[in-house]
Parts: sequence; structure tokens; C-alpha cells
Amino acid sequence: MSESKSEQAHFLWKRNHFIANPWIRYVLVGAVIAYLYMATRAISVNPERIIQGIPRAMRIFSSAIPPDFQARGWLIASGFLESIKITVIATLIGVAFSFPLAIMASRNLAIKPVYYLGRALVIIARSLHPVILGILFVKAVGFGVLAGTLTLIIYSIGFVGKLLAEAIEEINKGQLEAIQSLGAGYFKTLVYAVFPQILPRFIGLALYQVDINLRASAIIGIVGAGGIGSTLLNAFGRYDYGTASAILLVMIAIILVAEGISGYLRRFTK
Amino acid sequence: MLKIDNLVKSYGKGEPVLKSLNLVTDDRKMTAIIGSSGAGKSTLLRCINRLIEADSGSIELDGVDMLKLNRKDLKHARRKVGMIFQGYNLIDRLTVMENVLSGRLGYVGFLAGTLRKFPQEDVDRGYELLKRVKLSQYVNKRCDQLSGGERQRVGVIRALMQDPSLLLADEPTASLDPKTSEQIMELIATLTDELGLPVLINLHNVQQAKRYSQRIIGLHGGKILFDGTPDTLTPEDLEAIYAGDESYEEGVGSKPKVKTKEEKEKFKKVIEEEML
Amino acid sequence: MSVSTELNYQWHRYTLKGKIVRTLAYLLVALVVAWSLSTMDIVWEWVWDAPVQISDLMGRMFPPNLNAVPSVLEAMVETIHIATLGTFLAIVLAMPIAYLGAQNVTPNKATLWLGRFIIVASRSVDTLVWALFFVAIFGPGPFAGILAIGFRSIGFMAKLVGEAIEEIDWKPVEALQAAGASKAHILVYGVIPQVFPTFLAVSILRWDVNIRESTVLGLVGAGGIGFILQVAIDSFKWRTVGTIILSIIGIVIIAEFVTSYFRKRII
Repeated sequence: MSESKSEQAHFLWKRNHFIANPWIRYVLVGAVIAYLYMATRAISVNPERIIQGIPRAMRIFSSAIPPDFQARGWLIASGFLESIKITVIATLIGVAFSFPLAIMASRNLAIKPVYYLGRALVIIARSLHPVILGILFVKAVGFGVLAGTLTLIIYSIGFVGKLLAEAIEEINKGQLEAIQSLGAGYFKTLVYAVFPQILPRFIGLALYQVDINLRASAIIGIVGAGGIGSTLLNAFGRYDYGTASAILLVMIAIILVAEGISGYLRRFTK
Repeated sequence: MLKIDNLVKSYGKGEPVLKSLNLVTDDRKMTAIIGSSGAGKSTLLRCINRLIEADSGSIELDGVDMLKLNRKDLKHARRKVGMIFQGYNLIDRLTVMENVLSGRLGYVGFLAGTLRKFPQEDVDRGYELLKRVKLSQYVNKRCDQLSGGERQRVGVIRALMQDPSLLLADEPTASLDPKTSEQIMELIATLTDELGLPVLINLHNVQQAKRYSQRIIGLHGGKILFDGTPDTLTPEDLEAIYAGDESYEEGVGSKPKVKTKEEKEKFKKVIEEEML
Repeated sequence: MSVSTELNYQWHRYTLKGKIVRTLAYLLVALVVAWSLSTMDIVWEWVWDAPVQISDLMGRMFPPNLNAVPSVLEAMVETIHIATLGTFLAIVLAMPIAYLGAQNVTPNKATLWLGRFIIVASRSVDTLVWALFFVAIFGPGPFAGILAIGFRSIGFMAKLVGEAIEEIDWKPVEALQAAGASKAHILVYGVIPQVFPTFLAVSILRWDVNIRESTVLGLVGAGGIGFILQVAIDSFKWRTVGTIILSIIGIVIIAEFVTSYFRKRII
């Protein structure tokens, strides 16, 4: 067109970054890269060993397949049964105890000193990995299922206790108010106003904990607290990768089945 | 008979919400309390049954000072004070009958309440009252499946099951549509009149207050500005009571404080459910 | 005179069917418990003795040995490195797997199956077992630990992020397809912005869990504080054990604070 070319306005557009301030963004990215570099150096990684590892991995794989169910078949079966039994008892007892602890650890149902105590207990029970708890219990009460059961009881109390306490803190306060206002004492109020609100969550958590304990019971055996874990450790120690892979396969299968069942049951509690 | 003397309550270090309030009710009638949100209506009601602890003063119900009771006696005293709430405050996951019977929790033992083994007379009375408010078909229905008006009716019955000597109502119709709101007011007025039960009711709707109550108390800034029969309530009085309230509509009333819900649950649940 | 006809109302909390179901459920649980208890190898004397033994052990761990603090701190730092590097490794590997395992964006059935299989395999093998495996291949040391943490975390993160991908609003993707955008662009503009908050939250959460997991890797030789814990226990240095336990609790608490702070910022 014959219009004179007037000055074109240019607009500069930059996308919005997730972290708005460019200084913070670059410093953060720089810090992350610096950390990765430093951490990798601190972990002495020996490239030679890695290269040697590949053929070793090959060897292990070839002896792991096919999985060997025969050689130690009976041991595998009894080991798993033991893990399951530990799970059953420990989940029952642990979940039962987690209930009062959760009440102690919720700000809306407990007075300050009780609340702090409850919180502290929950935190301690949760911070320690079940394997560590397992070692300590083995040292205290000896090898075997007792140590394993005690370990998982504490583990369950911590896990369920915390999540349940959070659920309790989120209940509808109006319902609490109403039941209190008509003259019900502390415990009646608990039963009528608190229980019905948290019951679905509680059952869901209990079923969930069965899964988690099943997994944990399989590995605390590694430190001697009963179950299939010690059989597995043993197999690795004897370079018996056939048995090891058999154990792993059964482990995966059991966990998947348990997850399926508990997921199905949890759908009813909604 | 309720006698409130020099009641003071403040939240934190700010202005007191209730300033040296004095009030005597002796009637078998309905007393409506009007005023803007924040004028102290809810606080006043909750101080009476001590859901909120007042700072100083005395509240005498039938000669007993509520503020001086220990925990055990307070429970007994609360049985005699029924309360209905703006949000109904029913236990949603329990059935209508369980909610109705929960009104008797102050009268039955712990085991009986937990196992729901209430005395037969209570069960009978519950059924009768449900029949009266036309909710008999919902006896075993979960309360979260009821409409707002139906839920408030259950709330009213629950309070009546306590056999109270005073009924407190904190904006019972604020969450209801106009038609249902009138129904509930009719219900409360009729039932309490039959039983000769005195009512102290917070209302945001001045018309309703005038129509159903026999005495109106106007609260402003924690003080009583008006105390008299509905026909002596002048527009000037209303101006003074609702002074400074932007949501006040002439002759109609102010906006009630309706509570809102927030949901950040989806995220949290996904993360925690799948800790594996 | 009016005759009051009092109908005797019957009210039951549970229906008959409800009562039967509940009774059966309780019975089932009781049976399983009875079977477990009767066939477990429990020495009941030890059970009653347990509280005494436990408090005895705890007594021996206090007061914690302060001389051990420097070496404990050093091991703690290594543990944190293992957890962090392992989480980073998992982030890099898990995102493509999440993509493959999400049924609305995966290229074909085979890739979907592959993605899901990897996720299941990774999740079902515990970190410690992965550690055993990698120690067998690469020998003891933190390298095996990092790989163990990483490989276990892949399943966790890929599953959650994959589910987030499956739940995205498809309309922006359709719009991009209609505008002729390439698959890569659709990913960057349509998918990633929608799942980014979930991705961040999941990563932070997993890092927190990995800190806990890393504390025990040393027990099978995969580095971190687990190793000196094992040594201290084997040599009966209980007060050092106490120090280590306390430092583990401390670091877990700190990690929880840090992660919950960041998670609140994201939501």
C-alpha cells in the first residue's frame, strides 16, 4: 500500500516464569547445579568399578532366571507365612493403639501438654525406619517374630497416628459444638461427634497400613526380626540368585494382591 | 428465668465484643435479638451455655450462675439449655433417629449412648416428634441426604428432646431460602408456645423478628440499644442498631454471616493416599 | 376422657442384614488372628519380659555420646547426599516413564504396558532390596545406595505423576492439536503446565521419604549412616547408638519442616 511506513511499535514479550524474580531464579538454578557437582564428588564414584559391574550384573541375571522355587521352596513358603502373620497381629494392635494416640496428638481434642506429648511420640515413632526399629528390638528381645511384631506395632502407631490426628484436626467443629452444648461429656462427645466423622478415614488408613506392614515385614527379616527377609539376605549371601529371584517374584505378587484387595475394600468405606 | 449481669467478653486485646451486658428474661415467650454481624449476638448466646467463656459477669439460669459451675455441673446445666444452629450442626454421617436421640446424651450413661441403647420413652418421644414435623419416613436416613429445611427440623427436635428450660437459636434460618425460613420460624414459634418454652433467638431478618417474637433486643457494639415490644420498634431505633452496617436494608435486615467452605483436599488426598 | 394409644416404637441401629455382615466380619478377623497367634513361634515368657528389656536397652543409650558427633554428622551428610542425588536421578528417569504409563498420552498399548510394568516392578521391590541388588553388582558404597533410592523412587513418582497426567483437562490439548502443534509442543504447552504442581509436590514428598530410606542403606553396605550404626551396635557402643538415633530423628524432623513449608507454597 502507498501508506508511508510509520514507525512500527515493537512489543517485547517475555513469558512468566514459575519463579518471578530473575535473581532468585538464577541463584537457585546455580545452587542446584553447584550442589549436584559437589555431592557427586563427595560420593567417591569409581568408574572402574562401574564398568566391572556390568559383566557381574549379567552373571547375576543369568543365574536369577529362571527363578528357583525348588531348592528352598519350603523355606520360602514358611518365611512368607511368617511375614503375613506378623503383619496381621502387628497391624491390629498397632492400629488399635494409634487411635488414642491420634486423639492425644490433635490440637482440637487434647489440652496443650497432652498434645505436645502425643505429637512427640508420633514423631519419634515415624522418624525411625522400620529396619532400625527392627535392629533395636532384636537387640532388646532377641531374634524372631516378637521383635518383628513389636517393630511393626510401633511403625503402625506412628504412621496411622499422624494421619489420623490430621483427620481429627479437620473435623467439622459445629458438630462438636452441638454435642457439647447439649450436656455430653468428653467421651460421649468423642463417640458421637468425632468417631462418625473420622471412621471412613480410619478404616481406610487401617487397610492401607496392612499393605505397608506387609512390605515392611518382608524386609525387617534382613535384620533378624522374622519373616522372609532373612531368607532373602541369606540367598544373596550364598550367591543363590535363583532363590533370591523366586523370593522377589512371590513378594511382588503378594504385595500386588494385597494392594488390590485393600483398594477394593477401601472403596466401600467412602 | 435468665438473668445476665454485667457480662463482658473480648477476643484478644481488641475492643470487648460484649460490654457490661445486662438482661433479664422471665417470660415464657420468644425474645429476638437483632443487630449486625459482629454486634455480639452469637457471642452472647454462646456465653450462656459456655461454648464461649465470658471474661466477667454472671449468667443466672433458674438461680444457678452458669459461669461458676464446674465441669460436671456444667454438663447437667447444659442439658436444660437447647440450642439450634445456623449450620444445623447435625452429625451428617449418622441417621436422623440417632441425631434426634443424641439430644438425650446428657441423660444417659456412656455405654448406653455409645451402643445407642436409649430408654424406650426417649425412642417413643423421638418418633412422636418426627411425626409432628412430618419426617417419619426419614427415621433411618443419613442426615447428609436431607435438605436444609429438613435438617433444621431435625435440629429443632434434637433440642426439644433435651427437655430444656430455655431454647437458644443462633440465626437458625440464615442458610435457608425464604419459604423454608418461614416454615422453620413457624415451627419454632408453634412448638415453643405449646411447651411454654422461652426462646432467645438471633435473627438477621427484622421482619421475622417483629412477626414472631414478643420482645426485641437490639444489639450494637456489644451494648443493648433497644429493649421492648415489636410494635415500639421505630425506624430511628433500627438506624441506631444497624449504624455502620453496609449490608443493612431498610426494614428488612442485614446480611447474615454465612460460612463458606474451602477445599484443598483433592491434592492432599492424592498425595497421602498413595504413599506407596 | 381421651385414651392415649401408645404405639410401642421399635428402633434398631442396624438392619438385620447389617448385623449379620458385621458379625461375620468380626468372626473372620478373630479367626485369622487366632490362626496367626497359634502358629507363630512366640515364646510367651519373652513377651512378658519385653518391657523390661526394652527400657533396659533405652537406658543404655542415654546419655548420648557426644564425642561421636563429628563422625555422625559426616555420615549424616553422606546420607542426605544419597537421598538427594537418588531423588534427582529418579526425577530424570521417572518423567518419561510417567508419560509412557499414562493411558491418555502414551503412543501405543505396548508402551503403556511397558511403562506400567516398570512402575509396578520399581514399587514392589523395597529400597533395601534394590540396595542388596546393587551392592551385589557394583560393590559396597554410596553409589549402590544412590541407585537403589533412585530406582525405587521411579515407581513412586511415575505412578503419581502418571495419574496426574491421566486427569488433565483434555481441552487445551485438543486446541493445540487443532492448531497443528507437534507432539513435543503439545507436551510442553498442554500437558506439563497442568501437571507441574503435582510433579513438584511429589518430588518434594519423595525426597522426604528418601531421607528416611537412606538412613538404613548402610546396613547392607550401600553407604550413609546405616553403616556406622551397624558398627556401633555390633561393638555394643550403646551411647553412640543413642547419638545416631537422635541425629536421625533430628534430621527427619528438619526434613519434614522443610518439605511441608515448600508444599504449602505450591498449593
